Amino acid sequence: MTAAGEAPRIGVYVCDCGFNILGAIDVPEVVRYAGGLEGVVLAKEYKYMCSDPGQDLIKKDIREQRLNRVVVASCTPTLHERTFRRVVSEAGLNPFLFNMVNVREGVAWVTEDKARATEKAKALIRAGVRRVALQEPLEARSEPVNPNVLVIGGGIAGMHAALSLANANSGAKVHLVEREPSIGGNMARFDKTFPTLDCASCILTPKMTEVKIHPNIHLHSYAEVVSVEGYVGNFDVTIEHKPRYVNEDLCIGCLKCVEACVYRDARFPNAFDLGLAKRKPIYIPFPQAVPTKVLIDPMDCLYLKLGKCKKTCVDACEKGAIDFAQAAVRAQVKVGTIIVATGFKPFDARRKPQYGYGTLPNVFTALEMERFLSPTGPTEGVPSLKDGSLPRKVGIIHCVGSRDRNTNEYCSKVCCMYSLKLAHLIRERTGAEVYDFYIDMRTPGKGYEEFHEKLLAEGLKVIRGRVAEVTTSALTREEKGHLIIRVEDTLAGFVRRIPVDMVVLSVGLEPQSDTQQLRRMLNLSCGREGFLQELHPKLAPVSTATDGIYIAGACQGPKDIPETVAQAGSAAAEALALVHRGTVEVQPYTAVVDEAVCSGCQVCVGMCPYDAITYDADKGVVHVLEVKCKGCGVCAAACPSSAIDQKHFRNAFVLAEVAGVI
Amino acid sequence: MRLVKTVKYEADLDATFAERVAAQPGGERIWDCIQCGTCSAICPVSLYMDLTPRRIVGMVRAGFRDEVLNAVSPWICTSCYACTVECPEKIRITDIMYVIKRMAMKESGHHRFVVPAIEEAFVAMVRKNGRLTESRMGIKVAAKSGLRSALGMVPIAWKLWRKGRLRLLRVERMQNPESLRGVLAAVEDRRPAPPRTGSRGSPAGVKA
Amino acid sequence: MKDYLYFPGCSLKGAGSPYEKSLLAVFRALGISLTEIPDWNCCGATAYLSVDADMGTVLAARNLALAERADGRDIVAPCSGCFLALSKAKAMIAEYPDLRAKVDDALGRGGLPYEGRVAVRHPLEVLLKDVGPDRLRKSVVRPLKDFRVAPYYGCAILRPYETVDSAHVPTVLEELTRIAGATPVDYPHKARCCGGMLTTGVQSVGLRLAEILLDAAKSAEADAIVTTCPLCQYNLEVYQDRLCRSTRKDLRIPVMYFTQMLGLAMGMDERTLAIDQLFRVPVLACPAGGRA
Repeated sequence: MTAAGEAPRIGVYVCDCGFNILGAIDVPEVVRYAGGLEGVVLAKEYKYMCSDPGQDLIKKDIREQRLNRVVVASCTPTLHERTFRRVVSEAGLNPFLFNMVNVREGVAWVTEDKARATEKAKALIRAGVRRVALQEPLEARSEPVNPNVLVIGGGIAGMHAALSLANANSGAKVHLVEREPSIGGNMARFDKTFPTLDCASCILTPKMTEVKIHPNIHLHSYAEVVSVEGYVGNFDVTIEHKPRYVNEDLCIGCLKCVEACVYRDARFPNAFDLGLAKRKPIYIPFPQAVPTKVLIDPMDCLYLKLGKCKKTCVDACEKGAIDFAQAAVRAQVKVGTIIVATGFKPFDARRKPQYGYGTLPNVFTALEMERFLSPTGPTEGVPSLKDGSLPRKVGIIHCVGSRDRNTNEYCSKVCCMYSLKLAHLIRERTGAEVYDFYIDMRTPGKGYEEFHEKLLAEGLKVIRGRVAEVTTSALTREEKGHLIIRVEDTLAGFVRRIPVDMVVLSVGLEPQSDTQQLRRMLNLSCGREGFLQELHPKLAPVSTATDGIYIAGACQGPKDIPETVAQAGSAAAEALALVHRGTVEVQPYTAVVDEAVCSGCQVCVGMCPYDAITYDADKGVVHVLEVKCKGCGVCAAACPSSAIDQKHFRNAFVLAEVAGVI
Repeated sequence: MRLVKTVKYEADLDATFAERVAAQPGGERIWDCIQCGTCSAICPVSLYMDLTPRRIVGMVRAGFRDEVLNAVSPWICTSCYACTVECPEKIRITDIMYVIKRMAMKESGHHRFVVPAIEEAFVAMVRKNGRLTESRMGIKVAAKSGLRSALGMVPIAWKLWRKGRLRLLRVERMQNPESLRGVLAAVEDRRPAPPRTGSRGSPAGVKA
Repeated sequence: MKDYLYFPGCSLKGAGSPYEKSLLAVFRALGISLTEIPDWNCCGATAYLSVDADMGTVLAARNLALAERADGRDIVAPCSGCFLALSKAKAMIAEYPDLRAKVDDALGRGGLPYEGRVAVRHPLEVLLKDVGPDRLRKSVVRPLKDFRVAPYYGCAILRPYETVDSAHVPTVLEELTRIAGATPVDYPHKARCCGGMLTTGVQSVGLRLAEILLDAAKSAEADAIVTTCPLCQYNLEVYQDRLCRSTRKDLRIPVMYFTQMLGLAMGMDERTLAIDQLFRVPVLACPAGGRA
């Protein structure tokens, strides 16, 4: 009996899916079997149910045969449930009176024995038929989408996404949250970018300025997202602003306070320069920082640490912006969509002690070399040795930490290109002879192979061989006082010892260290290497399994700047699509309370992860807020009286399906 | 001027060689080699080898059986495991060297080198007594290494004896070497009989 | 205090006897008993596996089975080569079911079932992990002040199994050296191969490896090299005169065992520790006896 009281008239359609299903299951036999099940008035086989003629067949039968239930046995619902629900709906039948049985991914593609596959398909269809007989008509809900967008991370990906969204002038705000005191990310540290050798700051700072002045972007710098509640279209976000001990509204970035600080000289390692340069306790991370506001490090500042200082900074500040009493402040914002653009961290070269990082002198990572080459860096653009002299021979070691089962198995994609770039710049600034030690030269992008050829033409010495160790133990006179690289020159066929003055380690890219906390907060998954997981590697690289949350840039996997910008634009477009539509369709699988049975024990209230259940003290029963219910089913499972049921997943449906299978 | 033709035809290679090596414990990951050369670079003795460890792995994969089994490389290998530790693909190169040594002993003219002869003498002494007697082993090594080398060992042997570290008359022996021989014979027992054609003398390790 | 089974191996009664003497003396003084495995056989070193893998594994595993039959206590194998041979047999048997079946069959028929239970330890690791730095420090009565030591680990206790210490940044021998009151010097090749069996087969190559190590230790101005293996000790010690002649470099330096170093710091006399059996005797700054 159907819920409406009329006898079920079920149509069963079994798809051949070309040869996918037909090749592994005896479809005619399954169709014959289905035709004999209770409530089934017709059972048909068709080559491709999802095709137009296939769809028309269903529509025709619904009208002419007065079907009131439809079962399609084909592929996974993930692919075509929506298709067939629409078909059924176009024929005038409620889409939730349709049931889809997966006999491809669940049977044909995983069972070798045809007879067993046929039996399994029959069992699943039998279950599907029993279920559909009980299903009820339902109406899909529509929820409004908050047009505001949260972008987490203010590097090139985050900035580009934020600007794309802001320029849409949708009337909404983009909340850009960056945990460092300035936006810019890792790209702000680079000197030049490959393959064009554009100055990184020159192409980045205009974007940074645009972000700063854009009326539609609310920049939260030196702030972190601490919690995210809600769901697509309606996220409640808590942002914590860390104290700069400087009033951002008053500070004009004149830097007189830094000049006046009781520390005459800079003493503390500057994180932006990776510790290679020093700063004072009150500082700005780099000259082009956005926002151009100073901050005070409470671990270094005498007043904040010990309570004792002349506070010359306060006297120097004409705006009275310094505020030692400042505390962290939390702000709540509501957004409809979120874009995660948190970037990468470089591989820690100390994990490869063979290369001498941290133990031997003049061994640097590529990012450190960027700072040396940068005009705003510690050596003003000239990479010199520790003793101040210029290197005459430099070795660049590729694949440090990458393509290595002992550290990271994957290739970090950008290192070959940046190694070539560094080789060019080092030679330009110092005149040194440069050796690149590589396993494969990976130069796939636009203009990349040409860049490789340019470097070869310039006289770059490339040696195909993965370096085993860097040592100071000299075996010949010419080696004394140098760093010796021991490598097999695989192309020439000899083991070689090459003395150099400086070694640059081309470290790979890794996910940020707090990616696990971030992903738990947002309900995202990570891949095996720890990068955020996209919904589909080919067809949905910026979406995630969580509706309304998108990812862009290196947080999804190692990539270069053009790809990062493309992903950021793509994520912005996805978010804008939702914003523009204004609503999001939500499945009507909500929980419903049978007040006659409910005993008011309130077990479900605490279980609900969405706070969608409230207790009505007058009636002594609970009530489900449909608007907040996400249809997870936990309450229905937890209820000791079976008083809560879930629409479209009623206890009766589930039991019927189970009975059908066994 | 003598020219040597060095082309390799498919018929010159052994298509089963790689499979045979990969089938032995330690050889499984031979397919994952990316020919990076780290093994050769870290190996302390690769500079003395005719085929560096990387080339050995590459040539095993391609089927260069004759070249590999006749190479001097595996006999110079000291089993220091540096290559195994450094390999980014976690290939057990040291174990592959052992595989090649065993195959070389069985399948090719290994007696060009002194090392396999010494190793066979080691094995024979252990099968007989269960333990090695250093002095006797030293004499056997000297006998196989040539007169000059043998004479060079005399002052060292003298000094060791003076320091009480060389017991000339004592033979190190288990109390019951038969229990060891029995266990080793049990391994041999279970082996399939060697093929009638193509075998070179008795299986390795069985010597008086 | 824990007690252990003891696997001396073929070298410790001959060229490596200073190792055995000093090891037994030090362990006795620390109250640890070492019981020799009854009727142990040669571990096979690197030679047996070069000839026959299955037999080589069964050979080594027989000792493990004997240990299990005795009482299953941890085996202490002082010779690093033996330590590796036994550890490797255990690991290979655990990883390869076919090999395991062969070993079970052969040992079983010899009345020696093997279950893979017993652990293989090196005395260096036992001293630092089981006895512990605190207890060791307490037993030091004569810190070896101003004694510069080049700690030489060799290969086998660090590679491929890192149960004793890290293969790339080992520190336990330095730690023991400091406990003994001596100064470990930093030099680049503390885990580089000494040549192993090469000095018997391909002498020129073996000698070159020894030369590199001796040169490095001398350049670091060490007063002695401290080793963990009788073969390393032999390779570094016995060819020094020959190398001095061929390279015209002064490569003369005492090569001693870590047990001898510790024993000296514990106040034992040179005879007990077989110091007099070394080719070159280390010269210590402070006189024997009394606290420094």
